[in-house]
Amino acid sequence: MSIPPLGAALAPVHQRYLLEARQMQALSFAVHIPLVCFGIAFPAMVLFLEWLHLRTGDPLYRTLARRWSRIVLALFAVGVITGTILSFEMGLLWPNFTATFGSVFGLGFAIEGFSFFMEAIFIGIYAYGWDRMSPRAHWLSGIPIVITGFTGSLMVISVNAWMNHPGGFALHAGHVVDVDPLRALFGNPYLWSELIHMYIAGYMVTGFLVAGCYAFGRLRGNRIPPTRYQRVALTIPLTIACVAAPVQVLVGDWVARDVAVDQPIKLAAIEGLYPTTRGASEHLLGWYTDGQIKDGIAIPHLLSLLAYHSWDARVQGLDTVPAAQRPPINVVRFAFQTMVGIGTLLALLGIAYLVIRIRRRPLPDSRWVNGALVLAGPAATVALIAGWVTTEVGRQPWVVYRVMPTADAVTGAGGIPVGYGTLVVTYLAVGAGLVWVLRRLARAPLSEREATLPGAAGATPQGP
Amino acid sequence: MLQTLPLVFVLVGLVLYTVLAGADFGAGIWRLVSDRGTRGQALREHANHSMGPVWEANHVWLIFVLTVTWTAYPSFFGSVASTLAVALFLAGVGIILRGAGYALRSGVRSDRELALIDGAFAVASLITPFALGAAAGGIAAERVPVGNAAGDLFASWTGPVSILAGVLAVVFSAYLAAVYLAADAAREHPELVEPFRRRALAAGLAAGAVAAAGLGVLHADAHSLYAGLLSRGALACVIVSALAGAATLGFVIVGRFEAARYGAGLAVAGVIAGWAIARYPTLLPGLSVHRAAAGHDTLVTLIVAVVAGGALLFPALGLLFSLTLRGRLAPGESTPEPIRAARPLGGAVRARLAVALLIVGIGMLNAASAPWAHAVGVVSLFAFMIVAFASLVPAALADEG
Ligand code: HDD
Ligand code: HEM
Ligand code: HEM
Repeated sequence: MSIPPLGAALAPVHQRYLLEARQMQALSFAVHIPLVCFGIAFPAMVLFLEWLHLRTGDPLYRTLARRWSRIVLALFAVGVITGTILSFEMGLLWPNFTATFGSVFGLGFAIEGFSFFMEAIFIGIYAYGWDRMSPRAHWLSGIPIVITGFTGSLMVISVNAWMNHPGGFALHAGHVVDVDPLRALFGNPYLWSELIHMYIAGYMVTGFLVAGCYAFGRLRGNRIPPTRYQRVALTIPLTIACVAAPVQVLVGDWVARDVAVDQPIKLAAIEGLYPTTRGASEHLLGWYTDGQIKDGIAIPHLLSLLAYHSWDARVQGLDTVPAAQRPPINVVRFAFQTMVGIGTLLALLGIAYLVIRIRRRPLPDSRWVNGALVLAGPAATVALIAGWVTTEVGRQPWVVYRVMPTADAVTGAGGIPVGYGTLVVTYLAVGAGLVWVLRRLARAPLSEREATLPGAAGATPQGP
Repeated sequence: MLQTLPLVFVLVGLVLYTVLAGADFGAGIWRLVSDRGTRGQALREHANHSMGPVWEANHVWLIFVLTVTWTAYPSFFGSVASTLAVALFLAGVGIILRGAGYALRSGVRSDRELALIDGAFAVASLITPFALGAAAGGIAAERVPVGNAAGDLFASWTGPVSILAGVLAVVFSAYLAAVYLAADAAREHPELVEPFRRRALAAGLAAGAVAAAGLGVLHADAHSLYAGLLSRGALACVIVSALAGAATLGFVIVGRFEAARYGAGLAVAGVIAGWAIARYPTLLPGLSVHRAAAGHDTLVTLIVAVVAGGALLFPALGLLFSLTLRGRLAPGESTPEPIRAARPLGGAVRARLAVALLIVGIGMLNAASAPWAHAVGVVSLFAFMIVAFASLVPAALADEG
């Protein structure tokens, strides 16, 4: 297959620091994406608590919802600024990508802008309106936050899915013509698997991280039996994450089959498959060198079976494209295996918890259980980033798959290392500040009125 | 017409961003210049409280401007962003620090921590409007050519017009903030009205002086823009702007702050509209609106999306501002709420349904491969998650209780 040269809107330039530009982009994402998981999933959890309060009148739920809503607000603020940086980078790092294809994918971000607008407005109303609105109106003001968390991720993912599986435009003499933005963004089969996978990841990351905070509190203070406050605060996010984790494996299988169809080279990189093979084996672990996997565990026929549901299906190998059109194999492979490994472990954890709950046993309050819960949150976050590394690095060297190389998209401006360094320092400072403020919010004593509520006593030092 | 309408959206977004986010930047700047004593403290607290609920929404206008620009005029956006990269990056860092300031302030306990955070916040509040103003000045003075980083990375935004525009953005932000905070103080802290009124007057006079001096700078540094401003409809806009500027000061003197804010908004709108009319249809040297504009379908969809989005957005914004202006979102005493009698949570385990949904989901999503089957599979799996959650959690909570 030959690809017609693309007449980019601005002349492509040679950029010495392309790698740094890519890393700067990767850093900005790695910071933004865990935060947006909280934007996606946390409001729903807070609303569920508040709904419990409205139904039962039990003030404990309200206390907890109120405390969590402060965390939503703080994390949203950081999500907004990291997202703004990403928008800037579309121009600062990749001006030629935006200049050439802005008319194709830009609409997604424009609609996303409105979605965030609504989210920001209603988060403001919700978080500052606790004492000032009727309980029902206050609860209702939280609903748009849940909806916009979904639509916001829908719009962003529609752009990313388009970059992975471009359509909705034609190239005429190398120029982008006949643009149909709706088809480009929403008529794309690739969108749906990516969106669902990311959306569930948001609930897993948030659920395990929040539950982990309370499990950590138990680890430190487990001489006293857990208060009801602590148990409620642990149960709700943990149940959500544990229900989502097994489903995520099923959805991941669907994503992988979409990749096999639309981006065979990415699949080959994920699997480290050099020669095109019938009945290809799946390799666990190991390292890719010289066209094969060293020290891995081979499971015959499994790859053909998983990717195409057939014992002898032909799987396209890396040999079908020139070396310059292959992504960095080991990065992609390692990231993928990390995600799948963690995903499998978390699914097992989820199933174990569900079995315990179905039999109506209490969750053991042991060091091992609490330790596992503390680790699950960071592990889910690592899987999240690893998944995005698989997607984005696996797409290289293309920014728009098989249409525009990343090297043609990059800015001609100098000073990328300076900007990169500045961003690293800034994010480190903000990260340190964020950890500090979350710990402060977690330790803040319940207000006097809250502390006198039944069930809240003793809840103070062990978690938010 | 079709090709110009998105430009109008961008300019309206720019006016709203300048007025709304400007007040927010200004509130940060005033923290820098208010004294250390308890009164300075009260001023700073007031600035923080009254901006808290609205700053994020104000800020999204910038996102709106960026996204509409790169959708409707992609090559214009690429040229501007790559040449003005340094100024925009500075603004970006300022935005990070400011947002972090809001987030961090909620955890503060000692005065020293507060001073540190407020200091960083205030410096960032200076940098961001200055850098954005300077970038706009660079475009106005035709220092941004078409191309991938084709202009000078520094000279493009450090010329006289840029410095002028940057300073004007800072002073004007301080003015807007003082007006806004004075109006807001009238409700709960009457003793703070007078200090903010005096600040508003000083900043307003300064903004007027900078703007007047600006005409001279334009004459020398951007003569074609200067000539454009004195011709056609542009002159009318400039005159409206000047009159509105004078009127808004008058409103401040007599203490009618709400009217003063609208006057200030009109003054900004006049300047931006005048600039646009003077330059129309040129965006950058050699790049007209018509050449930069995206194709027909993109523009139509974009316009529909913006109009539909606006129809949702403005009522919501109205709600937020009316709640804030009426002080409904200020921290305060809680109204005790009616507690209804506890009802037991329905908690019958719908295990069979959940298992059935799970099996259907796996079959449709993982075994089948038709798109419709995948859709059914996803819906089943989501239903499974909801049913499982709904049957496990109430029981768990009941056990805990
Ligand atoms: C909590 C996070 C998490 C977990 C446990 C998993 N994933 Fe994942 N995965 C993601 C979070 C994620 C992600 C970060 O959300 C990605 C990046 C892009 C996307 O759509 O989702 C992703 C991407 C991604 C891709 C690449 C898609 C592309 O290139 O467009 C594949 C093939 C899989 N996943 C497959 C799986 C499988 C088979 C899993 C089973 C164990 C799995 N994922 C668990
Ligand atoms: C629309 C949504 C997009 C999403 C959700 C997305 C997601 C991501 C993520 C999560 C990473 C981080 C990988 C890591 O941590 O190493 C990444 C890296 C990257 N992204 Fe994207 N991206 C998007 C759009 C873009 C755009 C617009 C560009 C540029 C034109 C781009 C180019 C890159 C590049 C070059 C990397 C670095 C790859 C590397 O390190 O080799 N992506 N992206
Ligand atoms: C995995 C991909 C992404 C997802 C799921 C996602 C989702 C979200 C969500 C839910 C928010 C709301 C803020 C919060 O709750 O913290 C947000 C904020 C934001 N995101 Fe992302 N985003 C992604 C990637 C991107 C990319 C690629 C860009 C731009 C190039 C971007 C730009 C923004 C902006 C500008 C905001 C701030 C909006 C505001 O001011 O309210 N995001 N994102």
